Amino acid sequence: MDFNDSAEEAAYRAQVKIWLEANAPKAHPGSDPEGSDSLAASRAWQAKKAAAGYACITWPKEWGGQGGTPLQSVIFGQEEAGYPIPGNPFQIGLGMCVPTVMNFADEATKQRFAGPAIRGEEIWCQLFSEPSGGSDVAAARTKAERASDGSGDWIINGQKVWTTGAQFSDFGIVIVRTDPDVPKHKGLTMFWIDMRDPAVEVKPIHQMSGGSGFNEVFFTDLRIKDSQRLGGIGDGWKVSLVTLMNERLAVGGATGMGWSQFMEVARQTPGMDGGPALKDSSLREKLADWYVQAEGLKHTRNRTMTALSRGQTPGPESSIGKIVSAVQMQDLANEALEMLDQYGIINDVDLAPQHGGFQSSVMFAPGLRIAGGTDEILKNIIAERVLGLPGDIRVDKDVAFKDMPTGR
Amino acid sequence: MNFDFSDDQKFLKDEARKFLQANCPASRVRKVLEDDSMAYDADLWKSVAAQGWLGAAIPEAHGGLGLGHLELCVIAEELGRVVAPIPFASTVYMLAEAIMLAGSDAQKATYLPRIAAGEIIGCLATSEGPGAVSAATVSASVEGGKLSGVKIPVTDGDIADVALVLAKEGGQAGLYLVDMAGVTREALKTLDPTRDAARLTFSGARAERLGGAGEGLNLLEQILDRAAILLAFEQTGGADRSLEMAKEYALERYAFGRTIASYQAIKHKLADMYVKNELARSNAYYGAWALNTDASELPIAASAARIAASEAFWFASKENIQTHGGIGFTWQMDCHFYYRRSRQLSLVAGAPRVWKERLVSHLERRNAAA
Ligand SMILES: Cc1cc2nc3c(=O)[nH]c(=O)nc-3n(C[C@H](O)[C@H](O)[C@H](O)COP(=O)(O)OP(=O)(O)OC[C@H]3O[C@@H](n4cnc5c(N)ncnc54)[C@H](O)[C@@H]3O)c2cc1C
Ligand SMILES: Cc1cc2nc3c(=O)[nH]c(=O)nc-3n(C[C@H](O)[C@H](O)[C@H](O)COP(=O)(O)OP(=O)(O)OC[C@H]3O[C@@H](n4cnc5c(N)ncnc54)[C@H](O)[C@@H]3O)c2cc1C
Repeated sequence: MDFNDSAEEAAYRAQVKIWLEANAPKAHPGSDPEGSDSLAASRAWQAKKAAAGYACITWPKEWGGQGGTPLQSVIFGQEEAGYPIPGNPFQIGLGMCVPTVMNFADEATKQRFAGPAIRGEEIWCQLFSEPSGGSDVAAARTKAERASDGSGDWIINGQKVWTTGAQFSDFGIVIVRTDPDVPKHKGLTMFWIDMRDPAVEVKPIHQMSGGSGFNEVFFTDLRIKDSQRLGGIGDGWKVSLVTLMNERLAVGGATGMGWSQFMEVARQTPGMDGGPALKDSSLREKLADWYVQAEGLKHTRNRTMTALSRGQTPGPESSIGKIVSAVQMQDLANEALEMLDQYGIINDVDLAPQHGGFQSSVMFAPGLRIAGGTDEILKNIIAERVLGLPGDIRVDKDVAFKDMPTGR
Repeated sequence: MNFDFSDDQKFLKDEARKFLQANCPASRVRKVLEDDSMAYDADLWKSVAAQGWLGAAIPEAHGGLGLGHLELCVIAEELGRVVAPIPFASTVYMLAEAIMLAGSDAQKATYLPRIAAGEIIGCLATSEGPGAVSAATVSASVEGGKLSGVKIPVTDGDIADVALVLAKEGGQAGLYLVDMAGVTREALKTLDPTRDAARLTFSGARAERLGGAGEGLNLLEQILDRAAILLAFEQTGGADRSLEMAKEYALERYAFGRTIASYQAIKHKLADMYVKNELARSNAYYGAWALNTDASELPIAASAARIAASEAFWFASKENIQTHGGIGFTWQMDCHFYYRRSRQLSLVAGAPRVWKERLVSHLERRNAAA
């Protein structure tokens, strides 16, 4: 038992280090994460990685990857994290959408999309959630009907919501209802679409945290070719499972304000008796708990990496990451606010400790507990897929979609 | 990255599980629980000794198998799964570890072969009353090689042949090896009768110091760090078994026309257990690595392992009873074995509260140094 790279892993890491030292940015590209400057910086960095084969390490060489192992991809990520690299708006596309396209599209389509996506020239978004359901994606109401002119084309009408990055995306994959007369999982079909089509309207959503990372997307008689279909008619649910399987790998843990930032601030903040807050025993106990959780997650990742390194499939333990880190992010940041006492309410990067990191964590954590599977859905997944407990009783299983009860 | 046990170690774990399934069924645990005259399962103790487990981490030169601490970790996990009613922790994680850590050559030669052979049972005597042990709570004292004082509670104190005792000599705390012949022992009623404890009264017992003068508390911390990691594996084993019991029961029990496993309140409860158990396991693995390599991170790794494992076992053992409903609250069900053991294991090497404080103190020092 050790944390050492195998000989091949060490050689790969060394090669990655040399490349990063020569190519990675040394200074941060600007402070506005949603600004267009940083999008340009992101594209530039992506293109550089793609040219060297580091953009999608596990993809086959013919598609612009390196034909590498998942562990090599992790190694690159670890080393890359040591540099002030720009944000990654390509993750949803390269992690989920494009792999779905690669799985189900014809050769010409794959040729058309792989290169530009991997080089960061084209950005993709995932159009699954709707007002009618995010956990229950199969309740989608956006519909696609065959054009009446016999062309075989499809006409899409309806609305998606919470679509991250739609505002700057070039393409998207969309799950739509093609048959309302069969039970809900059977009447869905997946397509790729051009987000620049005038029949697609993107309206940013103002998040409670202040930013606008996600959007509403409306389709009004969007006409698409049948060749844009991914998988069979009515197979959309099965196709979406392929996408979501990749999502579990793509959605990372929470970053930013953790136990060490908390400890740093607790050293400098007066506690109950005027000494440092770090001496307050109630805070020390919580600090210990967060440290132990964070270490638990870190070493769970190390176990996953070990399985990959040995050429095995990682065990189910990797499923605990987001649920633990999102809840901790919220609790820890809130405890930091309470430690600051009255001052904790100040949400100003110049006045609040850690440039207001705890305040922004408090405001973003609710979203993290929902995005990519809510806490409750993730617990269901652990209970059902890991522990083998029965699925929830389904009242909508044998009912035609059009007859299903709906609410708000 | 090679952060897992080796195939050989996993094989040993499988073998240990099979052995304990055959030799330590719940009926044996129950017997020790119910029979007041049985302090531990002496037959199991003998057969565990015959397997060589007592000396797994003891060097061959001293009669052990000379394997290593990783092997001891996998054995510990399996002992925890079956809540084995034997003085393994006191003898192996505490006494043997202490002697390997700080013993003189003569002490090693005297004690280790006998421990490995199953000839002596050990115990660690530090507590004298309610509250966390510190320099201030030690009144037992040594003068001219003779120890006097009272220790309570001492796990396995009623059956031990050798005690490692925290006492003061010339005002300085030290650890002393004491032959238990002639020491007065009174068995105590405890929450976990499958792991007995006693009040020990020493009146001029012959005592031989282990380690340097005035090194007692320092050394005790190091011994407890080692023990904490091994105990964490026992706790993880117990927590995993509790989750399995809850799952097996929930899949069979019907209420309101369906299995209780189909209710989300139960599903989410079991998912919570799983999450805590995995966090405990990952922390325990890190502890195992630190123990095996004697890394400088050992105190931090041990604290984290102990905190996570104590939390996981407590949660899993109490929610296992809850999942069983009324029947879980009965003497006949085995659920309470795990609940009782979770208390015993959380308290025996210092409560999690104390370890949380130690952890943060270490982190403070580490971060200040960085
Ligand atoms: C920051 C952010 C980014 C996002 N990006 C995208 C994106 O790019 N593309 C995309 O398609 N979607 C995206 N989403 C949407 C996200 O996937 C959904 O919000 C999420 O799946 C929950 O769906 P919902 O909002 O409809 O809530 P609902 O599904 O209506 O859930 C409401 C509440 O009911 C609970 N609930 C629902 N079903 C069950 C059940 N079976 N058992 C127990 N409780 C249940 C939920 O846990 C939740 O607490 C994003 C969301 C956020 C917050
Ligand atoms: C100390 C004690 C005294 C008692 N005294 C009496 C008495 O005097 N008279 C009497 O008649 N009874 C008495 N009882 C019985 C008590 O009412 C039942 O034990 C209790 O109602 C639970 O039922 P159960 O034991 O059959 O467990 P179950 O109903 O089988 O429950 C097992 C588990 O499944 C869960 N569960 C069950 N149904 C659901 C659901 N729909 N959704 C979510 N979770 C569910 C439960 O919460 C529990 O965790 C007593 C019990 C105890 C422990």
